[in-house]
Amino acid sequence: MQKPESHDTARIGVYICHCGSNIAGAVDCEAVAAYARTLPGVIHARDQGYTCSEPGQAQIKQDIREFGLNRIVVASCSPRLHEPTFRKCVSEAGLNPYLMEMANIREQCSWVHSLDREGATTKARDLVRSAVARARLLDVRTELEVPVRRSTLVIGGGVAGIQAALDLADAGYPVVLVEKQPSIGGIMAQLDKTFPTMDCSI
Amino acid sequence: MTDAGRHPRITLLTQSEVKEITGFVGNFHVKVLKRARYVKEKECTACGDCATVCPVVVPDEFNVGLSSRRAIYSPFPQAVPSSYAVDINHCLGHNPIICGKCIEKCSKRCIDFNMNDEELSFDVGTIIVATGMEPFDPKALDEYGYTRYENVLTSMEFERLINAGGPTHGHVIRLTDRKIPRSVAFIQCVGSRSPQRGHPYCSNICCMNTVKSAIMLKEHYPEIEVKVFYIDIRAFGKGFEDLFRRSKGMGVRYIRGLPGSVRQDAAGQDMVLTVENTATNELETYRAEMVILAVGLEPPAEMKHIQEMLALQKTSDGFYLEAHPKLQPVDSASRGIFFAGCAEGPKDIKDSVTQASAAAARAMRLMNPGSLTVEAITAEVDEELCTACGLCAKVCPYKAITVDVKARVPAKVTEASCSGCGTCSAECPVGAIRMNHFTDEQIEAQIDAILAEEPQKQVLVFACNWCSYAGADFAGVSRLSYSSANRLIRTMCSGRIHEKFIWRAFEKGAPVVLVSGCHIGDCHYINANHFTERRIKRVWKKMEKLGLRRERLGLEWISAAEGIRFQKVMDDMENLRRTVTPDEIEATQQILLNERTKATRK
Repeated sequence: MQKPESHDTARIGVYICHCGSNIAGAVDCEAVAAYARTLPGVIHARDQGYTCSEPGQAQIKQDIREFGLNRIVVASCSPRLHEPTFRKCVSEAGLNPYLMEMANIREQCSWVHSLDREGATTKARDLVRSAVARARLLDVRTELEVPVRRSTLVIGGGVAGIQAALDLADAGYPVVLVEKQPSIGGIMAQLDKTFPTMDCSI
Repeated sequence: MTDAGRHPRITLLTQSEVKEITGFVGNFHVKVLKRARYVKEKECTACGDCATVCPVVVPDEFNVGLSSRRAIYSPFPQAVPSSYAVDINHCLGHNPIICGKCIEKCSKRCIDFNMNDEELSFDVGTIIVATGMEPFDPKALDEYGYTRYENVLTSMEFERLINAGGPTHGHVIRLTDRKIPRSVAFIQCVGSRSPQRGHPYCSNICCMNTVKSAIMLKEHYPEIEVKVFYIDIRAFGKGFEDLFRRSKGMGVRYIRGLPGSVRQDAAGQDMVLTVENTATNELETYRAEMVILAVGLEPPAEMKHIQEMLALQKTSDGFYLEAHPKLQPVDSASRGIFFAGCAEGPKDIKDSVTQASAAAARAMRLMNPGSLTVEAITAEVDEELCTACGLCAKVCPYKAITVDVKARVPAKVTEASCSGCGTCSAECPVGAIRMNHFTDEQIEAQIDAILAEEPQKQVLVFACNWCSYAGADFAGVSRLSYSSANRLIRTMCSGRIHEKFIWRAFEKGAPVVLVSGCHIGDCHYINANHFTERRIKRVWKKMEKLGLRRERLGLEWISAAEGIRFQKVMDDMENLRRTVTPDEIEATQQILLNERTKATRK
């Protein structure tokens, strides 16, 4: 088993995104950034208008080089939305993508506590503290490359299934089209004319 | 359709059902049950001689029961494959004493009763789910009298009546007297836009389908009176408003209000509709010789099987949930699986085709490079610590762990098969399994950090990536506001939550803890959340034994579509938190400290 690398050398950069007024409207982003600077391991923290924007990402990359950062925390939207974006960003600056951690202060904070600025700001601080604590312990990870079969199963032979199967097959991919009825065509085949052009369905 | 039937790269499996799908993106293993057709598909010329001698007559599904077919039949003239099929449930069989007439009649000898159902296995890289929809069945809406009155039809039945290839060759006749009706009334939103009477959502296509049908009626029979009863006409698409206007120009009358009752007149022919006209505020009565119910669309019943096989999620409407409503509208949350057509929600042909092409392009994008990288979130065993007890192998939903209990050979994880739920790591009694990127140390550091400041004010929540965390995101996107006391810790699966995380949280002064995951049966990792449930029940028992209030540990299943439920659970947890006094927290900490001391002494 690979031994986890030493974590006491973590040099963390924290980025608090305003997302225009999406986050800044409910969270005091400057205060959260100032708070982040006090956390152990944090070398650099700043708040930004849009962290996902080109200038926002360029700033992270520049800071990684300038401050020798080796862990990045982005406090912005859900990792389900932008984790791939920021993983790519840090890897472009030479950092392993798994050394980036996100704190969700938009979907799970500013958007749901918009009338409670104090509560939202406290929560954002806590989420950043949690993300920084986790970031300190993140390890370098290497993704496994697996082969992809170049073929597709299409379930359902209605108009959508037929179209998808044809597009794939025309592009050179083998397709298996599975239909439970004795014929493909689905509901569309039962229609006479179709709107808005009043042409025949089959 | 014919293009799909004869494309050299499309294998068409009709009368077939997907039975099992295992594996993961890039390498799905598929099992399909292909039912016997009893007619050699490639040899049948669809001459139809066999059907002329078949003595069995059954209702024709394609014409929604408005005509009949034989037990050996072609579903419709343009069917693909262009081959007859035996409806084995109605066929009398091939015993020459009883029947077997079709076999004699077929000069090409392509009827074969020795055919068997086949199970086919193959591997694919990607899957497109295009399982479609079903028209709503209006029988339950008693006020419209469907099936009670023969002259009340559904829009599907009307579609077959006006179709030149249909049972009446395109003549719209009413069923009671076979006469062309002089007046037809359409009733909109049947089964749509009403939580009590069908479904709460708009079925998207019925307004325009009615506009189309009304124009067709006017074109066929210029003298016919057509009335449409509606809530509002949704003609939002390209060319839709033009068509709507054209129908008005042709004399179609639109009356704002849905009839409260549809009755047959005393003569037993014409229908009488009573409606509150919301444009005039009058209670009005109309007569029509035929009534058409513009039925909505609903998810087909068999969707459930595919949903469970592929661990897909549904919206509250029952259609499949996309990975992101705007940015990934044809992707499922599971990589390599895409949606096309009404499987994802009611839509018209143009949108279905657009979405199908999008899904095909998304699939190609994934397959084209020939390989892909999988997230490096996999489990690893420390062989020195492993006691080869075998518990991890028992709980692994992917059978990715091998361990020889008898020979005491330590457990080994096959990285390519591991999906990263972390159930093994949570189950290991000696801490020998390291769940990479969601290690014990990382999760504990988050618990400690969250509870480092004013722990008594915090609601600590463990949320799984695919359902409850996504449900929280959905609450955010929907701007549902709730108490700000909660702090979420994301793990890939609720199965990752080790008992010790919960105890640690209480030791650090957490007033309440919530573990949340996908609904049982919807787990993204097959059945890993069964082990979550088992584990939490175990902790509850221990809490009771130690004299702790067990409700301070919550377990909730919240799906990715249940933003409202997430909101409610958060508010409930906050209300619960308020009942926990500082004394109670301190007492808990003391009890757990004593337990720990006892355990160390042992």
